[in-house]
Amino acid sequence: MRYAMAVDTKKCVGCSDCVVACQTENNVPIGFCRDWIVEVTDGTYPQLEVEIRSERCNHCENSPCVRCCPTGASHYAEGGVVLVTPHKCIGCGACIASCPYDARYPHPDGHVDKCTFCLHNRVEKGLDPACVSVCPTKCMYFGDLDDPNSPVSKVLKTRKYKTLIPEAGTNPQLYFLI
Amino acid sequence: MATSRRQFIKISAVGAGSLALAGTAFDLAKGSSLLNKISSSGKEEPTRTPTYCEICFWQCAGWVYKDEDGNIQKIVGNDDDQHCNGRFCPRGTGGVGQYNDEDRLKTPLIRTREGDKEAFREASWDEALDYIAGKMRSIAQKHGPECVALFTHGSGGAHFGQMMKAFGSASIAAPSFAQCRGPREVGFLTTFGDIIYSPERIDIRDTRCMVLIGSHLGENMHNGQVQEMSDAIDKGATIITVDPRFSTAAGKSKYWLPIKPATDLALLLSWIHVIIENEWYDKDYVERYTVGFEQLKEHVKTFTPEWAYGITTIDPNVIRETAREMHNAAPSVIVNPGRHVTWYGDDTQRLRAVAILTALLGSWGRRGGYYKPEKLHLPNYPVPPFPEPKRSPIQAYEGKYTLANEVVANGLCDATIPTVDRSCNYKAWIVNGTNLLAAFPNQANTLKAIEALELLVVVDTMPVEITGYADVVLPECTYLERYDMLRNSNHRQPNLALRMPAAEPKYNTKPASWIAQELAGKLGLSAWFPWKNIEEMLDWQLKEMGSSLEEMKRIGVKNFPREADDLYFAPGEEVVFNTTSGKIELYSSDMESAGFEPLPIYTAHEEPPEGYYRLNYGRAPMHTFSRTANNPNLTDLMDENVLWVNPKVAKLWGLETGQYVKLKNQDEKVSTFAIKVRVTERIRWDSVYMVHGFGHNNKKLSRAHGRGINDTEMITRVHIDPVMGGTGMRGNFVTFITDFVKEGKEAEA
Repeated sequence: MRYAMAVDTKKCVGCSDCVVACQTENNVPIGFCRDWIVEVTDGTYPQLEVEIRSERCNHCENSPCVRCCPTGASHYAEGGVVLVTPHKCIGCGACIASCPYDARYPHPDGHVDKCTFCLHNRVEKGLDPACVSVCPTKCMYFGDLDDPNSPVSKVLKTRKYKTLIPEAGTNPQLYFLI
Repeated sequence: MATSRRQFIKISAVGAGSLALAGTAFDLAKGSSLLNKISSSGKEEPTRTPTYCEICFWQCAGWVYKDEDGNIQKIVGNDDDQHCNGRFCPRGTGGVGQYNDEDRLKTPLIRTREGDKEAFREASWDEALDYIAGKMRSIAQKHGPECVALFTHGSGGAHFGQMMKAFGSASIAAPSFAQCRGPREVGFLTTFGDIIYSPERIDIRDTRCMVLIGSHLGENMHNGQVQEMSDAIDKGATIITVDPRFSTAAGKSKYWLPIKPATDLALLLSWIHVIIENEWYDKDYVERYTVGFEQLKEHVKTFTPEWAYGITTIDPNVIRETAREMHNAAPSVIVNPGRHVTWYGDDTQRLRAVAILTALLGSWGRRGGYYKPEKLHLPNYPVPPFPEPKRSPIQAYEGKYTLANEVVANGLCDATIPTVDRSCNYKAWIVNGTNLLAAFPNQANTLKAIEALELLVVVDTMPVEITGYADVVLPECTYLERYDMLRNSNHRQPNLALRMPAAEPKYNTKPASWIAQELAGKLGLSAWFPWKNIEEMLDWQLKEMGSSLEEMKRIGVKNFPREADDLYFAPGEEVVFNTTSGKIELYSSDMESAGFEPLPIYTAHEEPPEGYYRLNYGRAPMHTFSRTANNPNLTDLMDENVLWVNPKVAKLWGLETGQYVKLKNQDEKVSTFAIKVRVTERIRWDSVYMVHGFGHNNKKLSRAHGRGINDTEMITRVHIDPVMGGTGMRGNFVTFITDFVKEGKEAEA
């Protein structure tokens, strides 16, 4: 099993619904977020292009954060989802520094926090992650890459896609449809 | 210096605690079905209650979930709801922030005057409502009850409207008409004999081509429309966006037409020209359903793409190509009528051109174009007939705006300012859920009207600016703490949605339904509120429809079968349109008989003077008007607006991204606060752009105060649409002030 997510940059309007839905679903304190919007503009007026992406932890197969965690708090869970066990985390911040995607933040409770793909609170109950289920443009696809019929497998078969900072060698599992 | 009769008072929070506690005790004594659910352990069982959202006018239906401690945790869409299809937008998802906002109005306040010092004192509900009832009675005796006006935007309107009609006034207005969508309703009414409704009757999910003219869907988070636009993109629909700014929608479009601001009507006329000249119009449809084609053909003869190029700066080939795209997709094509369309004062004419184009393409009544919406005939709880008001609100603007099909809010505002030629002025305003100082342009005019009032009552959840001018402030609870009328909307299928409280009202706040009923009682108007409470009234209505309050509490939304068979015209169907001729009027007899151009003509609008830039404004997906600017969840996503400036302009002025500037407009009006510059290629060099609804100046809005610029403050010049009274707001020009005393947020930067 290999959980992954694809985000369709052709449909995402950058409304931030994924951000606020994640915050309310996962009790992320105001002022912090586990996912966020990036907008990249190219060209000069009027020859322009804009790419909008909903970004989060890339749940890398080769995660620098897991490798550098001194206590084992950062670990691979079911389906390759990268999680942090709060009571094992000493808040040293090594993982924050090692993440090429800046996907982690120090939670006010003293541990590091990040996207979980809503593994325990939703996915294990058969639900999509909160961001996927709320998105008004339905621009996000989630599922098991080992299952050829999962939404994410199907969309990656038919669409062109990219990953972010592939040169970091982390083998990210967050795909962007372009 | 003359001192104002009405000083702005910042809402005081001192002492609110004790009254808030008293309120809570009162609520507890009444008992509550919600409180009954608390188990012996003190933990509430996780529950979900239905609601429909009040953060914007789209009113999506959803579920409010509470955690085991009884706190509202999240709000999600109801899968059966046609407005949202189970998916809320960021504002609805963040709606819980309105409930949690600690800056909320907490208890009734009454203005007191000691010498020249004015302040608010806290009052009980009984005292505040007695005060209002006393004033309303004395105004009714002196001037007549019709001199009381209600301005409302949102669900409170139905309750206060009932009270107003019982009192004897029909002057009930919402800024959603003449400050927003009015021109399109009148433009389509005079052409098709019907309006667009809300949610709009546009069939985006099945369209093959959609044209957006200054309408920035995606930033404008009209939930169902954004969802359907995404579906349409998936299905390969062509999107054509006309906007001087490279909007989010422009980024999703096959064609972006970077039009020179204020010239849209020329482009529309040229498209009509191309479609007629090439015989790309739906001949059968035009022949069967329309009148005035020959006059139209003659009228647009000279409006060639080359003519339009000189005005709009859009390449003639692109004009032809995009017209062909529409033709190829027809009738599954939508020339989107937009929503906020009060721009330049000739807006009804521009929307007439949109309607004419729609008719030529045969897309009205066709799949992928405009469908026939339906809503339920929901009976009202029986009450005695309302007294006949002595004056109609239309008399406030006698002889003007003759084609307005709703009350013109700014017309009532103007008729409040005493003048020699007007026999009646409004003496009292009740303002509910609309911050008129941000909704109406020309703030000085609004303040002049307020100055003339004998009574200003503001009912709101937040200490928005207009509360500072009130005689009485009534704190209503949020939509998450109350029942309201059933949502009964026009859609593909008739439907009802229920809003019920997910929590007890916080502080000493009350639902609008209760406030209106209590006030009516004090005015001796209880006969028009015969129900024990709103639950009883809703249950009666629902039982008339074969449902019940009990059922709706379980399902939240109920869809009903349509009366008409189809969403679209059948092939060759004979249709009688609700116009004078019974046909679609390309040449409008209504416009002609009212003394307006029966066919739209382009008139050039004023251009910015040297060193000035047209002020354009719009929406952000996570905010609604000025009402969400203090919502803790939503300000976390965006806490100030920024000023989009083209790099060429930035270079000229030495501006850099992140720098704060103040603005000055053509009337020397200088902005109260400063705004952060965003240098971007995505805007034309002749205009600047900001999101509406920021720059609040009430310090009691702790997260919103001083954040960004209030665009309304800079809109001192208003171009009134003579057809329907719309307030055109895009004819203002601003320049930059870089040398100013930094205070507040910009000082930290």
